[in-house]
Amino acid sequence: MKTLTSRLSPIVQNLPPSGIRRFFDLANQMEEVISLGVGEPDFVTPWHIREAGIYALEQGYTSYTSNRGLPELCEQIALYLERFGLTYRPQREIFVTIGGSEAIDLALRALVCPGDQVLIPEPTYVSYRPCALLAGAEVVSVPTRAEDEFRLTPDLLASRITPRAKVLVLCFPNNPTGSTMDKEDLAAIAEVAVRNDLLVISDEIYAELTYGRHHVSIASLPGMKERTIVIGGMSKAYAMTGWRIGYAAGPEDILDAMLKIHQYTILCAPVTAQLAALEALKHGEAEKRKMVHSYDQRRRLIVQGLRDIGLPCHEPKGAFYAFPDIRPTGLSSEAFAERLLTNERVAVVPGNVFGESGEGFIRCSYATSVTQIERALERMRRFVQTLR
Amino acid sequence: MLEHRKLEILHILHENSRLSIETMANMLGESPDDVAAAIDELERDNIILRYSAVINWDKVESRRVTAVIDVKVTPQREVGFDAIAERIYRFPEVKSVTLMSGTYDLQVIVEGHDIKEAARFVSEKLSTIENVNSTTTHFLLKTYKTDGVIFDERDGDKRLVISP
Repeated sequence: MKTLTSRLSPIVQNLPPSGIRRFFDLANQMEEVISLGVGEPDFVTPWHIREAGIYALEQGYTSYTSNRGLPELCEQIALYLERFGLTYRPQREIFVTIGGSEAIDLALRALVCPGDQVLIPEPTYVSYRPCALLAGAEVVSVPTRAEDEFRLTPDLLASRITPRAKVLVLCFPNNPTGSTMDKEDLAAIAEVAVRNDLLVISDEIYAELTYGRHHVSIASLPGMKERTIVIGGMSKAYAMTGWRIGYAAGPEDILDAMLKIHQYTILCAPVTAQLAALEALKHGEAEKRKMVHSYDQRRRLIVQGLRDIGLPCHEPKGAFYAFPDIRPTGLSSEAFAERLLTNERVAVVPGNVFGESGEGFIRCSYATSVTQIERALERMRRFVQTLR
Repeated sequence: MLEHRKLEILHILHENSRLSIETMANMLGESPDDVAAAIDELERDNIILRYSAVINWDKVESRRVTAVIDVKVTPQREVGFDAIAERIYRFPEVKSVTLMSGTYDLQVIVEGHDIKEAARFVSEKLSTIENVNSTTTHFLLKTYKTDGVIFDERDGDKRLVISP
């Protein structure tokens, strides 16, 4: 009889396990760990949103919604997207997903034919590559550079394009680098995309977390709306990661194809969470601003702290991550993170898990209290000094 | 330093007055000297009056009682409510005095070792002040939240140690 492993799908078997997993297991069995390794807000969902969820349950909202999601929620999302100069028809060009994650998977599955190339600028969030591979794509990494503050440049992108290139996956503001792309940066990328007829999946989950600037969506640039799927969600802006509400917005033909997969695999996002998301979009602005303000203070604190320790760090202008350069210590990302965890009990994520071009860097999330950041910095200072 | 920066310092201190000047400076992107100077100025101008801790006294052995007293008074010519308010707030057992809109004028919060002590303050000291017309005393039973701090906070960090 064949072994069970030999009967597994080779695509799944060949997927590398998440590089974060090992660190999670290591950190999880230690006590007194200060974690700068968390990729989600440290705030609990604002009470008015939680209360809306509770009320929804009390009122007996426990059934399916339409595949697309509650019409009122789709309308609110459309209204929200208008602030980026984007106009989408709620009943045709938007639908609600189980977090941004589902939308990423759907978009790749709807667009990719076996053998198509998917361009992924790296370092970036860990899901795009496996989802693309599962969809049958050939993944082409586009390494971004520290000297460009990890922004994607048109030259870097163009150098990786072949006739089989079909989809470009953007994630700005970026996890793990905190980099943002302003309008000029995006215009240059848009030109390459149009010239090479690329479709763009733009994961804009951190759109609300920008500092001293407003987020620009690549879909708002000329010629881009018809080739871009915008992905967003409630998780980061409203501290709602566990509610799992995201959305996709884009051209009707593509959204219809995605919706088909969604309706057969997911049916719909949970109604309680949809109603909470509705409350967030309608009345969550003030709380959101407070959270962003607080991230901004902690951002300045950690960046200055890391620089003072002797770890060069570009100014992250979005999300809640600093991405310092640890090359001056002579250690690899993995070795640095592992020794920092073992010796000083500070958890960070090695940059290479976000793509090879993240090697030499670590991701430090500042979505944790000022006091914890200070303690972590003190421990990191001690650690770096022992390396000298 | 810009006014909104000073306001930001006040908010940071109000949240946690034990942060070092250096930490605050880094949070604000200002120099430590500028932050220290701004704080000196805020203290000098009596904008910052004191640095204190929020304490859950219910957890401490020594039981104390707190009375919230609604006081109706007759305001006086020239000084309005201020003169009566002063006569009340000068008593050390008075924790706070606030002029209110609505059915009464001054809200007075008094702390004592027991109910009798607080009641004695009301009957012997407060009620006998000229122009104090009536008092209604409420005893505080349990504090759930004070100054934005929830005493029995259950919203602890429930996140995984590391996540993508």
